[in-house]
Amino acid sequence: MSEKEKKQSTNISRRSFLKGVGTGTVAATVVPAILVGDAEKAEAQTDDTISTAQIQLAINEQKYTIEVEARTTLLSVLRDGIDTNGNSVDLTGAKLICDRGECGGCTVLVDGKPIYACMMLAMDAQGKQITTVEGIADGNTLHPVQEAFIKHDALMCGFCTPGFVVSSVALLNENKKPTLEEIKNGLSGNTCRCGTYPFIFDAVETAAQKMK
Amino acid sequence: MASWGEASQSRLIGKRITRLSGKDKVTGKAKYTYDINRPGLLYARILRSEVAHAVVLELDLSRAEELPGVHAVLPLTEAGRKLRYQGQEIAAVAAETDDIAKDALRLIYVDLEEQPFVVTEADAMAEGAPQIRDDWQGNRSNPGINEQGDVDAGFSEAAVTVEATYHTPVQTHVCLETHGHVAEWRGEDFLTVWASTQAVFGVRNDLSRRFELPANQVRVITEHMGGGFGSKFGPGVEGHTAAQLAKITKRPVKLMLTRKAEHLVAGNRPSMTQHVKAGATKDGRLIAYDMKGYGTGGISSGAGFQAPYVYHVENQRTERFNVATNAGNQRAMRAPGHPQGAFAMDSLMDELAEKLGMNPLEFRRINDSNEVRQAQYTLGAQEIGWHRRNNVPGSGTGIKKRGMGVGSGQWGGGGGRGTQARVTINPDGTVEAVTGTQDIGTGIRTAIAIIVAEEFGLEPTEIAVQIGDSGPGLPSGGSGGSQTTASVAPVIKTAAAAAKQKLFETVAPLLQTTVDDLRIGKGTIYVASDRTQTITWKQTTGLLGMESITESGNWDQELRQGGVAGTQFAEVEVDTQTGHVKVLKIVAVQDCGLAINRLTTESQINGGVIMGLGQTLLEERIMDPLTGRMLNANLEDYKVPGTYEIPEIKSIVFDTHRKVTGVGEPPCIPTLGAIANAVYNAIGVRIRELPITPDKVLTALAQKKA
Ligand code: FES
Ligand code: FES
Repeated sequence: MSEKEKKQSTNISRRSFLKGVGTGTVAATVVPAILVGDAEKAEAQTDDTISTAQIQLAINEQKYTIEVEARTTLLSVLRDGIDTNGNSVDLTGAKLICDRGECGGCTVLVDGKPIYACMMLAMDAQGKQITTVEGIADGNTLHPVQEAFIKHDALMCGFCTPGFVVSSVALLNENKKPTLEEIKNGLSGNTCRCGTYPFIFDAVETAAQKMK
Repeated sequence: MASWGEASQSRLIGKRITRLSGKDKVTGKAKYTYDINRPGLLYARILRSEVAHAVVLELDLSRAEELPGVHAVLPLTEAGRKLRYQGQEIAAVAAETDDIAKDALRLIYVDLEEQPFVVTEADAMAEGAPQIRDDWQGNRSNPGINEQGDVDAGFSEAAVTVEATYHTPVQTHVCLETHGHVAEWRGEDFLTVWASTQAVFGVRNDLSRRFELPANQVRVITEHMGGGFGSKFGPGVEGHTAAQLAKITKRPVKLMLTRKAEHLVAGNRPSMTQHVKAGATKDGRLIAYDMKGYGTGGISSGAGFQAPYVYHVENQRTERFNVATNAGNQRAMRAPGHPQGAFAMDSLMDELAEKLGMNPLEFRRINDSNEVRQAQYTLGAQEIGWHRRNNVPGSGTGIKKRGMGVGSGQWGGGGGRGTQARVTINPDGTVEAVTGTQDIGTGIRTAIAIIVAEEFGLEPTEIAVQIGDSGPGLPSGGSGGSQTTASVAPVIKTAAAAAKQKLFETVAPLLQTTVDDLRIGKGTIYVASDRTQTITWKQTTGLLGMESITESGNWDQELRQGGVAGTQFAEVEVDTQTGHVKVLKIVAVQDCGLAINRLTTESQINGGVIMGLGQTLLEERIMDPLTGRMLNANLEDYKVPGTYEIPEIKSIVFDTHRKVTGVGEPPCIPTLGAIANAVYNAIGVRIRELPITPDKVLTALAQKKA
């Protein structure tokens, strides 16, 4: 590879990495593999072969027609999507927190089942009913889960709250009278850094009673 | 003298009141910085170093600039400059979509010449280690030495001594909303920034200096923010970059850190290693303490910790220093220096007590001069059932063994000057309270409403609280040091009291009575000497005619107090086959002063306990000494507490007086020692290095057997 070609194909040059890494010697063989891998993937995605498609999504009982790339996630449509009429979808309740299915901050219901919207491609959400946290309440009437979250202070900064609300609704749809262990299990895919868990458990118990 | 009045007189203060922001937060309507969508918004990303130490040889942005959809590429370093840790900024891109920004980063060419690095304390202190800070001699800072009394004489009096090394690793903040900003310029000379920050005015002042704008031409807004824990006080490189990119592109720019960057560069709690020798007399007096310790705050210093902690030692000598490593710099993290100090001290206390053949609680009582904590020891011991504790550590039968432990903590949180606030009563009866503080999840918005509503006989929901915006020009300090409530509450209280006084002055003549004879009831105002003369709040404010009443408040020393004591008791169950530690119960007895809102205070105590639990059992930044990279910069391998880890938590709001104090930080302190001591009590082997993971438990058990 000529110097010029190399420069165009990787973001961090191979030369510098092959010089050896730090105080260890083993690493020299490990690190470049990772980085070059990255760079090659990058190349594949940045040619002008990116194609888009127009898809229809049903979100909170409303239809949206949106142009997406194959790689566009459902979460990015919800948060940043602009429909073909130029209107912003702007459903920012679901949050991207980890971007890899580890935190539940992006949880939405797809045909009634909780899923991580960061892990689902927008194209795969076609033909399905998507409910975000914005669609959980019935107009101005809050869902019992939402009422109970407020009552028990099951939120502090509130950044994780939309994910927990949606997961709790999904749990109670499946299991009308969960035990504490079942609540923990049902919400184990969600993370809260402020540490609201004890009051979330209380809230789900209260909501369950209310929904009986 | 101003006061909060008697508890029996309070209708709202000290009660359990739900949050004003609750509805917005459970419906997804609450807008965080990360949720701000502006017309024409561009998305920005930062290219970061993947190596721990390097010199930049060449940086070429041209291919990224050519990518369709890219609006600006900004170098954040240059040839000849050094990169000193993984994650350090190289360049930034602003593009039409986040995906395009991602693509553009891959087109940036950077040639680096790697330098030798060190990412662990041991490597940094090793003979011949590469020097990584130009302004230090070697990788250690000059030690801070402190001596009180006569340590040698102390040891000669000691009946027992313990020598041990305690270690806590680097912990990261893991704010669920990563650090970030949305920046938008109006022309060349007005900058609006939505910031995920703990210090709206701090960010405003920083940006005004940075962009050479008058302070009143920068507006910073933080309506809601998703966690800071001490790491979000300034705009940082990412904030400056967002504003700069917005300036260049003349478009609003959103720049949020990735989860990985959040772990790498957005702050962390430094590590701590202590070598301690301590002695106690036969009758249980802590008599001598000698400690040498260090910690790493990455490339920065600031790795301090408390030692000795809480308990009184007459004769002590301490020596501590910072170790520089090629890693992102530390930032304040929830009670900086305290949890790690408490872990070491509480472990040490138990080790000494055991040598003395004394109950560890008794040993604490002898050495703790704090009266509040003395009362808390009694209450907490009752709550947990301390009498059930194993007298002989590790003596339980069966595979799963139970144990109990205790730990202590101390914090300031007395608030300070620097807050300005305004309370307005409008003729239509509506009320506004405005100040420049910010709600980082603690519930200050609701606390403000409670104070004003109490004063006016209204409901908290009837008070429009405007905070998190520098626009109204009413500064308040950053939310740190558990200072927010104690700083803000007195000013709000005096503003509301002044507005009430004004209202009374205006309406007294109209009601043919005197100001002194007027009282506030629930939704009403009445004449004290003639209870039949009652008019509603709205009728009263209607008498104002066209003019609203607006009063500002002032700082009042008498309404707040610093110094909070805390004690926690833990009961754990250790599976001796898997090494798994399950915390069954924590009793947290937390001195709170006057809890304006008991509900959100309990939330904060729960939150502190859970963060302390994470630090004790789960959390650790793992650096690879061979590659210089963090191995767990995500939320799967960096494990924070999840639902399964949550024990039964009994949060006891221990209100000792009627003055406001802060409670955000202190509850995360005593948890570490309580759990670590409970683990020892369960299995009879001590683990002196956090986190107490199954591998360490199993290794310790195997060594005990051998
Ligand atoms: S952002 Fe989707 S699971 Fe974390
Ligand atoms: S409430 Fe802040 S992360 Fe859960």
